[in-house]
Amino acid sequence: MTLIDLANPSRFLTLAGRILPWLVAVTALVLAIGLYQSAIAPDDYQQGATVKIMFIHVPNAWLSMFVWGVMSVAALGTLVWRHPLADVAAKTAAPIGAAFTFLALLTGSLWGRPMWGTYWEWDARLTSVLILFLMYLGLMALWRAVEDPSRAARAAAVLTLVGSVNIPIIKFSVDWWNTLHQPASVVRMGGSTLDRAFLIPLLVMAIGFTLLFLTLHIAAMRNEILRRRVRTLQMLQASKSAA
Amino acid sequence: MTLGPYAAFIVTSYVSVAAVVAALILWVIMDYRRQRARLRGLEAAGAIRRSGRSAADVQ
Repeated sequence: MTLIDLANPSRFLTLAGRILPWLVAVTALVLAIGLYQSAIAPDDYQQGATVKIMFIHVPNAWLSMFVWGVMSVAALGTLVWRHPLADVAAKTAAPIGAAFTFLALLTGSLWGRPMWGTYWEWDARLTSVLILFLMYLGLMALWRAVEDPSRAARAAAVLTLVGSVNIPIIKFSVDWWNTLHQPASVVRMGGSTLDRAFLIPLLVMAIGFTLLFLTLHIAAMRNEILRRRVRTLQMLQASKSAA
Repeated sequence: MTLGPYAAFIVTSYVSVAAVVAALILWVIMDYRRQRARLRGLEAAGAIRRSGRSAADVQ
């Protein structure tokens, strides 16, 4: 099956039905391994046991940006290639991305209170992630506000691409400005500064959460295709009644 | 496993993530069931796709 075959919603539904049970199983397994490794990971010499919050905070923070990246690619699909599933992909990724961003903010805040002495600080990293969260909510509101799906798709795609400017700002905010948030310690020039005892559980959890996003996204896309079929059938029925 | 003096922050973090992820999973499952039920209802009322195939059949 080629990528172009997936442009057909019916083929996508068939494929989703086949792979979702496997994806659910693999996601559950990887997350279970990650949670076990997080539980047995040693305490950090400075942070103590609060380092365990990192194992859920970092994957959520990574996904908050990754999901916007997925939506940006989908936005290009809507505007440039008019791919039939591009808007479905973008629209269904938004609430999942918003949830991950909310969790990144919440767990970061819960880590910040014991480590920094404050739940919140208006520094560049925290503020730019809060803006990302608000942009997710704005996009979701836009899709709901515009009744015509194709008009909503184009407007949302433009807003998504404009909003993608925020992603490098979030990533490099800790390098460009003097922030309370620590600089990058996993993905950085010169390799990770994390000890293997923390790096391995963190990477397993990151893979697990990415699989979780993939599973939820495919399932949500399937739902959205069905919702659009409902809309089409309702319109056909209404036009029959009128005729 | 001992969580030390900040156990409440650690436990709250994990419980919050579990709750939000559970809510996402529940939302996806309930939405799927709702859309399938609506499609079956429309087909029962005589609405058919142009292709003639069942809209509720996703396999």
